Parts: sequence; C-alpha cells; structure tokens
Amino acid sequence: MNKQEFLAKLQTNLSGLPEKEVQDSLGFYSEMIDDRMEEGLSEEDAVREIGSAEDIAKQIISETPLIKIVKDKINPKRKIQAWEIVLLILGAPLWLSLMIAVFAIILAAYVSIWAVVISFWAVFVSLIAVALCGIGVGAGLIWNNHILSAFLLIGTSFVCAGLSVFCFYGCKAATKGIILLAKKIIFGIKNSFMKRKKTA
Amino acid sequence: MDIQLKRGLLDVCVLAAIKNEDSYGYKILKDIKPYLTMSESTLYTILKRLETSEMLTVRTAEHGGRLRKYYHITNAGLKRIEDFKREWSEVMSIYQFVTKEDDKNE
Repeated sequence: MNKQEFLAKLQTNLSGLPEKEVQDSLGFYSEMIDDRMEEGLSEEDAVREIGSAEDIAKQIISETPLIKIVKDKINPKRKIQAWEIVLLILGAPLWLSLMIAVFAIILAAYVSIWAVVISFWAVFVSLIAVALCGIGVGAGLIWNNHILSAFLLIGTSFVCAGLSVFCFYGCKAATKGIILLAKKIIFGIKNSFMKRKKTA
Repeated sequence: MDIQLKRGLLDVCVLAAIKNEDSYGYKILKDIKPYLTMSESTLYTILKRLETSEMLTVRTAEHGGRLRKYYHITNAGLKRIEDFKREWSEVMSIYQFVTKEDDKNE
C-alpha cells in the first residue's frame, strides 16, 4: 500500500469525526510516513511500519470524547431557514417525545445493566451476613443446649460461607465483563453518530 | 501495567523528549525507542492530550518542501516533569519496601 492509499483509507475510517480532527490525524500520519522515507525507507515499508489504518482509526475514535462528536453534529454548518424553525416548533410534540423516549431507553438499559452487577454483589454480601449470623446464633443455641439445631445452623453457615467465595469470583468476572460491555456500547453510540453524518 | 499509571508515565516520557529542544513526531519516537516502544497512534493521542492540557504548544514549520509540526514544551509541561520526579522518589521508597518483603519470604 502506498501513502496515498493509506491516507485515503484512514480518511474513510475517520469520516464522521469533526473535520479538524480528521485533518489533524491525516497530517500527523502523512508526516510520519514522509519522515521515515527521508531516512531511506521505501514508501511501502514506511506505510507498513505505521500499521493498519483500521486499528489507528479505532484508537482515534475511542480517544475522542463523545461530547466532541455530538457537538460537531449539533452545531449547524449553515443557517437554519425560517420554515425549518416553524417545522421544528410544530413538530416538537412528535420529535421531542421521541427523543425523550430514546434517552429514557438508553438510561434504562444502563441502569439495568448496573442493577445486575449490584444484585450479584448483594447476593455475595448477604451470603456472608447469613454465614456470620448463623454461626453467632448457633453458638447461642449450644449455650441453651439445643445441640442438634445448633449443628444444623452452623453447618448451613459454613455452606453459605463457601458459596460466597464462589460468588465473589463470579461477581468480579461479571463486573469486569460489564465494564467492557459499557465501553463497547459507548463506542457503538459514537459510531452511530458518525454514520449519520455520512448519509446526510 | 495498570493503564492509568502507564498513561501518566508515557505523558512524562513525551514531555522529556521535547524538554531540551523542540521536536517532531518521528524524532520523539526515535528518541524514546531505546527505552520503550511506543506506537504512532499512542504518540498521537498523547500529543493531543498534552496540547489540550496546555503542557505543550504546536507550531508548523517548513522542512524539505513539506510541512512538519514541531512541539514546544510550556512551563506547565516542565512543572509536570518536576512533579513526576518528586512523586517518583516516593514510589521508589515504596518499591524498596515491597521488594524487601519478598527477600524475607524467600
């Protein structure tokens, strides 16, 4: 792949980001390739050393704050016509409620994902609490000569304590997985904002 | 290594590379290379970050018939390096404590 092809590929992968952002990164990578060639590398080798345009674009997108992407979309490049304002106001009952619904859905999804994590941890904490209380009450029962019930209670407590250890590792894994998932979702939202511009 | 920690370290690395004289992207990579490998995309995001936090400024100059961006460290950037040195002596004493515990266990 030569330099032109590489830069063109990078540009397509970045299209949708704010224009300044795209130009900055294209300039940076073009300079990097030129400097390598100045050292005696062939164009092809220089491009190869830089890496794949897809990976680079992915990293740039994930480092660009979501706000920046959204702001760029909202800032109108041209003046809004009078009739567009009238339409916007007349259509407000429709688009406003739709927008609120979309945000509500996103918020609900987010909250419910975290609710899952919190409930995992709640199970873990309650298992430990049951184990501790069970042992405490069991000791009290021995004191009152209810030996059999005491053994049953203390035994159950140990089972709970053992389960909580398993549960702890499950919780940790689930939390990690969900944080990863959240990152992917944010990347997806960024992508969808960027695509909207391409079709517009 | 912990991502947050590494991020801070790399920032200081790049600042150190432009501390004595203004430098450009490829030269920064080459200067750092004997100590650690950094990819172009990593350097790019670090430079952006340092520019937004005003630890460096960018100027464009002509070089061999094309444009090249030179990075210049600001006072805030120099301060960041000094802060790092101070913090690091603390980290080193923690490191000594941690490895001392290791020796005892062996």
